[in-house]
Amino acid sequence: MNGFGILSALTFLPLVGVVVLMFHRGDDAATLRSVRHVALWTTIAVFLLSLVAWGRFESGASGFQMLEQQNWAGGGLVYKLGVDGLSFPFVVLTAFLMPFCILASWESITVRVKEYMIAFLVLETLMIGVFCALDLVLFYLFFEGGLIPMFLIIGVWGGKRRIYAAFKFFLYTLLGSLLMLIAIMWMANFAHTTDITILLKTKFPTDVQKLLWLAFFASFAVKMPMWPVHTWLPDAHVEAPTAGSVILAGILLKMGGYGLIRFSLPMFPDASHYFAPLVFTLSVIAIVYTSLVALVQEDMKKLIAYSSVAHMGFVTMGLFAMNQQGVQGAVYQMVSHGLVSGALFLCVGVVYDRMHTRDIAAYGGLAQRMPLYAVAFMVFTMANVGLPGTSGFIGEFLTLIGAFAANSKVAFFATSGVILSAAYALYLYRRVIFGVIDKPSLASIQDLSGREIAILAPLVVLVIYYGVHPGPILDASAASVAELVKSTQSVAGPVKSAATDQAGLAGLKIAGVNFRVPEQDLRERRASAFSHSAPSAH
Amino acid sequence: MYQSIVFLPLLGFLIAGFSGNRLGARATEIITTGLLFVSGVLSWAVFADIGLGHGQASAPILSNWITSGGLRVDWALRIDSLTAVMLVVVTSVSSLVHLYSIGYMHEDPSRPRFFGYLSLFTFAMLMLVTADNLVQMFFGWEGVGLASYLLIGFWYEKPSACAAAIKAFVVNRVGDFGFALGIFLVFVLTGSVSFDAIFAAAPGLAHKSVSVFGFEWDAWTITCLLLFMGAMGKSAQFLLHTWLPDAMEGPTPVSALIHAATMVTAGVFMVARLSPLFELSPVAQGFVVVIGATTAIFAATVGLVQNDIKRVIAYSTCSQLGYMFVALGVGGYAIGIFHLFTHAFFKALLFLGAGSVIHAMHHEQDMRNMGGLRKDIPFTFWMMTIGTLALTGFPFTAGYYSKDAIIESAYAAGAHSSAATYGFLMTLLAAGLTSFYSWRLVFMTFFGSRHVTADEHGHAANDDHAHDDHGHGGHTPHESPLVMLIPLATLALGALFAGLAFSGDFIGHRFDEFWKGTVAENHIMHAMHEIPGYVGYLPTVLMIVGFLVALWFYILAPGTADRLARANPVLYRFLLNKWYFDELYDVLFVRPAFWLGRLFWKGGDGRVIDGLGPDGVSARVIDIARGAARLQTGYLYHYAFAMLIGVAAFITWYLLGGVR
Repeated sequence: MNGFGILSALTFLPLVGVVVLMFHRGDDAATLRSVRHVALWTTIAVFLLSLVAWGRFESGASGFQMLEQQNWAGGGLVYKLGVDGLSFPFVVLTAFLMPFCILASWESITVRVKEYMIAFLVLETLMIGVFCALDLVLFYLFFEGGLIPMFLIIGVWGGKRRIYAAFKFFLYTLLGSLLMLIAIMWMANFAHTTDITILLKTKFPTDVQKLLWLAFFASFAVKMPMWPVHTWLPDAHVEAPTAGSVILAGILLKMGGYGLIRFSLPMFPDASHYFAPLVFTLSVIAIVYTSLVALVQEDMKKLIAYSSVAHMGFVTMGLFAMNQQGVQGAVYQMVSHGLVSGALFLCVGVVYDRMHTRDIAAYGGLAQRMPLYAVAFMVFTMANVGLPGTSGFIGEFLTLIGAFAANSKVAFFATSGVILSAAYALYLYRRVIFGVIDKPSLASIQDLSGREIAILAPLVVLVIYYGVHPGPILDASAASVAELVKSTQSVAGPVKSAATDQAGLAGLKIAGVNFRVPEQDLRERRASAFSHSAPSAH
Repeated sequence: MYQSIVFLPLLGFLIAGFSGNRLGARATEIITTGLLFVSGVLSWAVFADIGLGHGQASAPILSNWITSGGLRVDWALRIDSLTAVMLVVVTSVSSLVHLYSIGYMHEDPSRPRFFGYLSLFTFAMLMLVTADNLVQMFFGWEGVGLASYLLIGFWYEKPSACAAAIKAFVVNRVGDFGFALGIFLVFVLTGSVSFDAIFAAAPGLAHKSVSVFGFEWDAWTITCLLLFMGAMGKSAQFLLHTWLPDAMEGPTPVSALIHAATMVTAGVFMVARLSPLFELSPVAQGFVVVIGATTAIFAATVGLVQNDIKRVIAYSTCSQLGYMFVALGVGGYAIGIFHLFTHAFFKALLFLGAGSVIHAMHHEQDMRNMGGLRKDIPFTFWMMTIGTLALTGFPFTAGYYSKDAIIESAYAAGAHSSAATYGFLMTLLAAGLTSFYSWRLVFMTFFGSRHVTADEHGHAANDDHAHDDHGHGGHTPHESPLVMLIPLATLALGALFAGLAFSGDFIGHRFDEFWKGTVAENHIMHAMHEIPGYVGYLPTVLMIVGFLVALWFYILAPGTADRLARANPVLYRFLLNKWYFDELYDVLFVRPAFWLGRLFWKGGDGRVIDGLGPDGVSARVIDIARGAARLQTGYLYHYAFAMLIGVAAFITWYLLGGVR
């Protein structure tokens, strides 16, 4: 389809809100109220529109949908949008989280309110654009453009060390981006197009793939963030205002994972196979290392930030398992983590607004005065721990089962993360919520207000709903993931089976587990094994 | 009907959770308890139909849960004989505990929360036992873990309760780590996680070698060992048992329901459910026996010297769970489940009886401060005595049928397996110890004279919870209200007659008709009948010996125990401190985890990554900028000199290039 469509509307609707906000002048209460309402209703409208788009989205199809295309910059560049099962969940997630961000900033932001709301709306445009863009240059613009409003949000409305945090954030992400830009230019030169749909079908030479993969990986690994380039995240989270943290954890981190699925895996499949052990190693280190670091944190936001790094480790591990469960699990884990970590940061925001400290030691015994808060926090804590019945479980389970099929050692170490996550999450909960309320400063702390209930209740419902019935999200991504898995495996398949057949014993590779079977059994075993045992072959 | 059994407790939880405070505590109690009783009655109907009668087993699918590629997980309710037994155990004990709690918790301000948690637990447990696949089982498994966590930490003001709650959850997660890996491996091996498909594929993979974690293993051995790790955590078996005694921080009805009768038996249920897999791996079976037997004897020795009335029963539970695993390991799956069934009655009875004692003593739990209570609370005394008789295996009580059968089956299996012989010796010895510590409990609590007047009790600081209400006028021990005594009496009936009534079905002549093939068939049931006659009497002999020793130590010659403890201080402290497992784990795991966390944080992230990364880079940039600034001196000859060097360098380069 040519011309502009619903995706363009989704992407640029927030800018309409920005234009309206531009006309607001003054700092009086009425203006501020109006500013907040404009921002809120804009984001709600975007969310409703995203639901309309969801209605039109065909779950069973694996290709791109709702395509739209325009030439710009004098025909030199192409404006092309479209979504598939890998990107669409993130579009909806972005649109869904934004109203919560605005609501969370309702009372806590008192200076430069108009500019703050504008920054958020611009950010929304850029984020949705990232997930919709089907042109490499367009993608890059959106992807990097998102840095600027986030940089400002941290740098202007952040905490005490906001400048340090903002620069750290900027330095890290910029460095990765520059390498990606070089790679993009090379690819455009090679394929004579920047159209992602064509690039996906382009076969890049294997040795060049490795360089391109590394260049893209530099950018995405920082965004995820993967160990060891994760240290910007805790600082950025700690200094960012609550809504900034929600977006950072909920959406911006997902851009890294999305980039890996959209570009690294399908465009550079040889390199992906080549580097999979590296990614596995980094993922496992991330899971174990940052979980241990989370255990000793004294700042609530830092603790959740480190747990985010650990959870993103599951994502990268699942992606590079390169089988149906692993990749679908990774997509699910990202969506779920968007909800859960967003909710956890909102929970921290609730008490921060009251006490103006994130120091864990400043709290304790909140269950007594804030029972509703305790319940909400418990649900999100359990989702963070990956308790079955919450959305956190599905992603963790699928990525682990996928990783196990690809490499059981990786799964072994990654699964130990479920022990550590329980330890740090419950330890946090105990120190904040349980105990006797003996600090004088907490004596009159209030339970959730109506606005806060309105923010947290939908998240509680969704976290449980998607834990019990993950179908809507899994189905949306299933076909696209199957296509992706097929494209990555067609490359590596023959090489491996040739290698294993050379062994004296007839080797049979079933989803990463080696069976050693005597020769005479082989024929029937192979027939039966492939008929029902290869989970990734479907 | 099946749906009602499972979801009525969930309904109770939701009502208690959403409108408990509006309805008031009494209404919440009545609603949740009433729903549980309905569920219980329906469960007995299912038991009569599927187990005792000729009803068809079924597994109706409720809806799809997860579908991803070849992985398909459904929400289903599998109802067969094994499940029917568990349904009866869970709903019966749960409904009685609900009823009992109305009396026991009547002073607590958070009763709606308490009853909500109880119902939530029951729901999760029912989801576990009705699971038709490993993943739904895992859902129930972790769900009961959550409920257990919440209920252990119910009195969240108490630091010890919070610590115990976290410990329970995390240690269970260690087991779940293995369980999860086991599920993954089953899926990779068979391409499915649902029981029927796994069992169908199992024989074809028997004795095949598989490479996991970089080693070659027998396929089902490694699978079963991983899955059994989950069972070890949940059922508090040796090495992963440390959480159970601490879990006694929770209210006593919770201990009876979760930490004696139902949740901790989930591991036993799991192994029985997966019996077709365990049958294929003698190594895994042997491991189960060794762990079970070790737990049985270990927990019994620790139980000998504990002074907290609940901890004695907790270690007893741990020990009895070991018995069940011995039975499972030697292939007597039905025997293990039968002991689970009878144990639920008498152990819940003992816990609730202990609760009645604690209630009477105004939340005193130290047995050294009790004594002579049989005159003050005679009903409770008789109930506890019945529970003790059943636990120690007094002839024709419930424990006599099930426990002795375990010891006999271990003896019978010993003909082919040294692990089973070890199991036989340990369980036999533990039977004597069980008898000793059980009667010790009765004698210390109900006989002798009062050691401490009740007025001094409640401020013993250690185990008092914050809701302890000192508003009672008189401090004399008082008998509990009827609402607490009725559950005791009901459970006492079970403790006395459950063995007599059901042994024929579970492990006797009606074995096949009852189980209908839901647990693996095994020759052990026949082999048991061919053991020498004296073996059958040995457990009874040891039971009597244990009783007599306890009688001697605590009634006939009081003070013997203290003398013995003084004579062997090292051994005494070793037992009193539970073989120092907590200290060991603290040194091995807890401290290193925190130490590593700090090392990675301050050292790894702070010094290495940030130091070499952004901080280092910015510091270097600043250094270079400073250096550059120093070059800009403003003196003309400095610039001229720099230019000269540049020109010289350029010319040199040019000339050298030209030469080449």
